[in-house]
Amino acid sequence: MHLILFVVFAGFCLAGAINLLLQSHPINSALSLIVVMTSLAVLYLLLGAEFLAIAQVIVYAGAIMVLFTFVVMLLNAGREERTLGSRSARNVGFPAAVAILAIIATIILKAQGLGTAQLSDGLTDVKGGTNIEVLSTVLFTRLLLPFEVTSVLILIAILGAVALARHGAGEPSASEPKVDNQ
Amino acid sequence: MHVTIFEFFLWSLLKVAVVTVVMLLGVAYTVLLERKLVGRIQNRWGPSRVGPFGLLQPLVDGAKSFLKEDIIPTGVYRPLYLLAPILALGCALMSIAVVPFGEPNVGPGGVHLFEIADLNIGLLIILGVTSVGVYGIALAGWSSNNKYSLLGSLRSSAQLISYELALGLSLVGVVLQTGSLNLRVIVEKQAEKGIVTWNICGMQFVAFFIYLMAAYAETNRSPFDLPEAESELTGGYHTEYSSMKFAMFFMAEYANMITVGCVATLLFFGGWTSPLGDLIDPPQNIFVHALFPIFWFVLKVFCFLFLYVWVRGTLPRFRYDQLMNFGWRILMPLAILNILATSLWVAYH
Repeated sequence: MHLILFVVFAGFCLAGAINLLLQSHPINSALSLIVVMTSLAVLYLLLGAEFLAIAQVIVYAGAIMVLFTFVVMLLNAGREERTLGSRSARNVGFPAAVAILAIIATIILKAQGLGTAQLSDGLTDVKGGTNIEVLSTVLFTRLLLPFEVTSVLILIAILGAVALARHGAGEPSASEPKVDNQ
Repeated sequence: MHVTIFEFFLWSLLKVAVVTVVMLLGVAYTVLLERKLVGRIQNRWGPSRVGPFGLLQPLVDGAKSFLKEDIIPTGVYRPLYLLAPILALGCALMSIAVVPFGEPNVGPGGVHLFEIADLNIGLLIILGVTSVGVYGIALAGWSSNNKYSLLGSLRSSAQLISYELALGLSLVGVVLQTGSLNLRVIVEKQAEKGIVTWNICGMQFVAFFIYLMAAYAETNRSPFDLPEAESELTGGYHTEYSSMKFAMFFMAEYANMITVGCVATLLFFGGWTSPLGDLIDPPQNIFVHALFPIFWFVLKVFCFLFLYVWVRGTLPRFRYDQLMNFGWRILMPLAILNILATSLWVAYH
């Protein structure tokens, strides 16, 4: 059962990724990316990492990709033009990409201490509570410092965005008449 | 659970079929409820010709949408134009799968008869599915190739993204108090003494109101129904849709309303448990024992739907800047304060 689902969704994932590259319209590419992300979420689920799976859906498919499609719609981006591409890129590029992927895969497989992944409910039945409880315990005890540092990093990004937006709004722009909101 | 994978599969299939049918019927009759109630609020009768008290009206409406000519305008981007209503309705119907609406383990072999899937991330699943549902609206507006549709869908997406934040944060308080994301556990935690231990009567009073308002915005309902403001957008994101495709958006909206009502019932109003708690003995008859919780659940959800319609019949629409200000400057900080207060309470209790 797990294996069937794995094969199906791995297939979806790959098909989405290939479609993402082949489509000429940006919105189709964005939608393929959503397919990739949701299939990845299902793969996480099959490994028993349910929290990771749903976080993937909420954060990536639900929030980030909405902004992507939003931007595509607002800019009304058209079809991208196709060039035939140089022959050397095709002759060298594809083997090179395959080689790099193979090397990465071997390194990951050979690396020590990673263990093997099993398609099961594995992580759901960890000792000491559910997946989420164990995850949050680790996050708020052993990994507290990195966790907080990451959140500060994101906060800085938010502040940066606000600063940039305010800077733009401060100058009177010619294209947009000034509107009093309050 | 002592069932084989085959039995499990069969049970799941059966449950999905039954729940889908009930949900669609519920959607149809919510529409009737709305038309009736708004009619009474505006001092008229509402639909009353088809069947006794207009009770067959939803069926006739459904038949009408089926039989109407399905027009696809020439300028639309066809694949997405066709995909959008499916996505909207699919996501709206999907989230009901994790909602428990009756006692656990009543079926043969300990099957959860009154819930399709008992997951320990149930609450997050609902949030995730809702957040994916935004695509239905966004793509509908964009692919229609109509400026009113695009404006409607942009408004709607911006509104959904903004209010999703407040919605999610308002639920954190409940999760903190319960210590679980499993909807069943959340309900059972509230069930101890009936209405006194419901979350609405405790710390989560504020959270409930944040949730309620954010949920109105999430479902594009009045007073936050800017995406389909008839006076300025002619119809919003579904302007170019006709026949059954329009009906699918319509059904998605009402299915979302029902889901929101279910979540509110589960999180704040003790789910399927009786408000009297243990004061009355549980009924001995096995059928009554199984169906009594469903009665309470349906009653509570009905109250929410009633409230929805009541609000629609009473309040005028927000202006767009008011909407954004309200979401970001009032609801969000309030939700964060609520989380802070709940955490302190949990820490020192």
